[in-house]
Amino acid sequence: MGGGTHRPTMDLLRSEPMQLVQLIIPIESAHRSISYLGDLGFFQFKDLNSEKSPFQRTYATQIKRCGEMARKLRFFKEQMTKAGLSPSTRSAMSDDVDLDNLEVKHGELEAELMEMNANHEKLQHSYNELIEYKLVVQKAGEFFHSAQSIAAAKQREVEAQQRGEGSIDSPLLLEQEMVTDPSKQVKLGFVTGLVPREKSLAFERILFRATRGNVFLKQSVLEGSVTDPASGEKAEKNVFVVFYSGERARNKIVKICEAFGANRYPFIEDLSKQFQIITEVSGRLEELKTTIDVGLVHQTNLLQTIAYHFEQWSHLVKKEKSIYHTLSMLSIDVTKKCLVAEGWCPVFATNKIQNVLQRATVDSNSQIGTIFHILQTKESPPTYFQTNKFSSAFQEIVDAYGTAKYQEANPGVFTIITFPFLFAVMFGDWGHGICLFLATSYFIIKEKKFSSQKLGDITEMIFGGRYVIMMMALFSIYTGLIYNEFFSVPFELFGPSAYGCRDPACRDASTAGLVKVRATYPFGVDPKWHGTRSELPFLNSLKMKMSILLGVAQMNLGIILSYFNAKFSGNELNIRYQFLPQMIFLNSLFGYLSLLIVVKWCIGSQADLYHVMIYMFLSPTDDLGENQLFFGQKFLQIVLLLAALVAVPWMLFPKPFLLKKQHEERHRGQSYALLENSLDESDEMEVRHGSSSHEEFEFSEIFVHQLIHTIEFVLGAVSNTASYLRLWALSLAHSELSSVFYDKVLLLAWGFNNIFILIIGIFVFICATVGVLLVMETLSAFLHALRLHWVEFQNKFYEGDGYKFQPFSFASLDAEDE
Amino acid sequence: MYGFEAMTFNIHGGYLEAIVRGHRAGLLTAADYNNLCQCETLDDMKMHLSATEYGPYLQNEPSPLHTTTIVEKCTLKLVDEYKHMLCQATEPLSTFLEYITYGHMIDNVVLIVTGTLHERDVQELLEKCHPLGMFDSIATLAVAQNMRELYRLVLVDTPLAPYFSECITSEDLDDMNIEIMRNTLYKAYLEDFYKFCQKLGGATAEIMSDLLAFEADRRAVNITINSIGTELTRDDRRKLYSNFGLLYPYGHEELAVCEDIDQVRGAMEKYPPYQSIFSKLSYGESQMLDKAFYEEEVKRLCLAFEQQFHYGVFFAYMRLREQEIRNLMWISECVAQNQKSRVHDSVVFIF
Repeated sequence: MGGGTHRPTMDLLRSEPMQLVQLIIPIESAHRSISYLGDLGFFQFKDLNSEKSPFQRTYATQIKRCGEMARKLRFFKEQMTKAGLSPSTRSAMSDDVDLDNLEVKHGELEAELMEMNANHEKLQHSYNELIEYKLVVQKAGEFFHSAQSIAAAKQREVEAQQRGEGSIDSPLLLEQEMVTDPSKQVKLGFVTGLVPREKSLAFERILFRATRGNVFLKQSVLEGSVTDPASGEKAEKNVFVVFYSGERARNKIVKICEAFGANRYPFIEDLSKQFQIITEVSGRLEELKTTIDVGLVHQTNLLQTIAYHFEQWSHLVKKEKSIYHTLSMLSIDVTKKCLVAEGWCPVFATNKIQNVLQRATVDSNSQIGTIFHILQTKESPPTYFQTNKFSSAFQEIVDAYGTAKYQEANPGVFTIITFPFLFAVMFGDWGHGICLFLATSYFIIKEKKFSSQKLGDITEMIFGGRYVIMMMALFSIYTGLIYNEFFSVPFELFGPSAYGCRDPACRDASTAGLVKVRATYPFGVDPKWHGTRSELPFLNSLKMKMSILLGVAQMNLGIILSYFNAKFSGNELNIRYQFLPQMIFLNSLFGYLSLLIVVKWCIGSQADLYHVMIYMFLSPTDDLGENQLFFGQKFLQIVLLLAALVAVPWMLFPKPFLLKKQHEERHRGQSYALLENSLDESDEMEVRHGSSSHEEFEFSEIFVHQLIHTIEFVLGAVSNTASYLRLWALSLAHSELSSVFYDKVLLLAWGFNNIFILIIGIFVFICATVGVLLVMETLSAFLHALRLHWVEFQNKFYEGDGYKFQPFSFASLDAEDE
Repeated sequence: MYGFEAMTFNIHGGYLEAIVRGHRAGLLTAADYNNLCQCETLDDMKMHLSATEYGPYLQNEPSPLHTTTIVEKCTLKLVDEYKHMLCQATEPLSTFLEYITYGHMIDNVVLIVTGTLHERDVQELLEKCHPLGMFDSIATLAVAQNMRELYRLVLVDTPLAPYFSECITSEDLDDMNIEIMRNTLYKAYLEDFYKFCQKLGGATAEIMSDLLAFEADRRAVNITINSIGTELTRDDRRKLYSNFGLLYPYGHEELAVCEDIDQVRGAMEKYPPYQSIFSKLSYGESQMLDKAFYEEEVKRLCLAFEQQFHYGVFFAYMRLREQEIRNLMWISECVAQNQKSRVHDSVVFIF
């Protein structure tokens, strides 16, 4: 996309005006048109074939082809990862690749690769087999050799015994046993081979059982692992030699060997032949090795060429697949000469879309151009906000609650300021703010690098909200300066403190208190408050009142936005019977409270505001006495109370009745109009009234709805105001926690005058500050700010039942995959 | 204690129950089957299935597909899920899950033994075995010549060993013997499984006893129908019936003496749950009986999901998936052989 040189002015408050458009595209330019529209990314196609299953659609075969090519690409990728290659990021971008050629090429490449793999596998198989054979010959040779030498030694021993003594006391049986009788000697057969080590025990057991113990099994462990020829995987194996007698036993053993995946290899007892075999095998191994290596080099070369084009190909295939998916959503004309598309596009993009379509017509040498036709519809259009990288994260905060209704006032605009501000009220500490700012600056500076790579789950989230966090940090620095908090150390940044001791010795500072010696501290809280006994009462009162002021202001903003919404949609009823009484109700109670707070701050009165507010309801006619702040307060209170009382039925009753009346009138009017007027006007009428004219009007439902709404607002006015006190509570918690870490960890460690304790203390302090204050407190303040926006602010006006504009765009293709 | 599983079940079983319920949500629905039945080629089926949970298993298959590939990959998915659950399971759920596979083990043993009897290649037979019923020394089965050897050589190491105690004879293996062995083994297996579930108690026992009783009764009916006209004596037949279930013991007496399908029907119609199955069939017909039983089974299996905190869901899920794979096999066979008119003959919709 061209960066929006002639985009309309940013209008975040209302979503872009949309239109439902019908495109009639000649079939020969359809593919190109869709492709250009995808490049543009301003058109959301409607699925006109939703009743058809995927394989019955017009372009099912092409989609299948693309799927097949995607599969081949996955195969290439798998081969490349096996060979340790990664697709080059800066691959050749030649434009002249078309799908058919590519398909043929892919087919060839796949066949070639498969053949190579098969050859390689065959070679590897025989190579592994030879290695195993060699091992078996070596091991079994060793075994036979040692057995023979033992046997020979025994033989000698026996012979020596026989010769040495008259065999009176030597047992006769032994002699008989030992003397080998050639006639009785049964020729023992044997089988040699390799068996996987984890199966060797079971193998032995089964052999024993199958032959009723008439075998002799000798196993020896092979060090290291051997590649199994059949599976091609590395495995630990044992060399075995089984001695048996008889042909039946042999059959059984062979079968068992097969069952256990034990590879059998012939073995020759003759020593000289063994050597011959080993040398022969070694020679062949050498040969095979070189053949395999050459094959591998060849394969790597092929894969490298694939890797060079891989990104381009996979991008192309993805693009083609999405184009055909889109084409399948269009309905095909009866004459099969053109396709009909319907979809949404923003009004400002009309020209661009038309240009693009024209270009597509010209480029594909089509005789007829695409027809661009705007449709009238009752359907509610999708919501589309043009955001940039700064505002998108804030818009996301709103969208997480619900996508705005089409052209509804968008709270996202205000969220950009109010959200970080409310956060900062709870997180006021300019030291912590600076830490947060540095952290987020890192993300913003490295933005280019991070946005191109894949991040972890949590990092991704932080990175996505980097501008939100930056704003939050900046506002925290600001409120931190107001609160005069820096890791709970007071600073005299804006001049000296206004307070001083009564006398130079400062003896009664902690008992009688300080006196004001200079002009008021110019900005924020006076540093002298820090650590005094009256610090908490002072700050609590300040923050509590501030929270209420902020809350009432934000709620008023919400109600005013409902006015703009009603005005935009021309809904007089909502203005008169919802906006007005709501305004009156909220402001006559809490607006008045805010006024009292401001007045009290200005004149420095000692009036008890709780008392004023409570007795305003309990006994409005009583005298205020010392709590009176200004003249005529009592009268004003009575008026406000009456106004609030009137506002409740005002909210409740008129609207449903008026709606009923309107509905009845409209019905009468409509039938009237249909009889009298031409077809055109009645059409227009239906369009204007939308679906409401067809809806069943249920008075009781409307009334109950209004009742709930009224109750919610009246109770909500109280509870939402109270809810804003969380600003105070969290801010208090934050400053108390940071002062605990500072006093009880850092200062305590400092007091020991020991370098080790100090180091430990600093370490604990840093951990606690980062872990608890910077991470967990940020999270909790974030969540509370989120809640204040979603619940207390947005429920005053926000419907949030729209759906997002999701244009067909190639730019989002890559993001969507993986 | 019945009714108190809710307090402790989730400690060990909660995670897996959630998993299995999630898997169950991925079963194909009637709409999916309707779409699948309209497919023209196996590639169409692949395309449709790629939108379901089978997608990842089929997407890397090269295009000329075969029925066996589809079934193989679908089974692979089931096996993967099963293995995952088994890895996560603790006692007694792991034992329960293992019990589910014993049926396949019996089938595999029988398959290999019959195959070797007819001198088939062992490797080829192994490929046909159900992967859930595999055990280490299964290939060694080919060595055995008679039942005693079979037992002594191979099966003594497997969980099937105890079930063998009733059928050790020195007779040489033949088709008839093998079939009797299969049924004896199955009988012993079902009884053991039933006992195990009773021992677990609670909702598991309640639900599983219903499901297993149905299984036992179905086997009893099938044994009866299959043994009509063979040399199997009544007493032998009687011995193959499992000693529990709705038909036990009086129904078994009646089934044991049945000589044709209508007599079976007469015996079964005395039991209300089976009456409805038989009422769907016309007299003298037994072809559609399997489908009717499958439908009833699916209905019962689905009901198992209505209750929480029991192991029956695992059994039910495995069975439902197997049914689904049978359905897919049938549909793909019909599609491959252009017999689309017969698609609905054997497909049992799950939802």
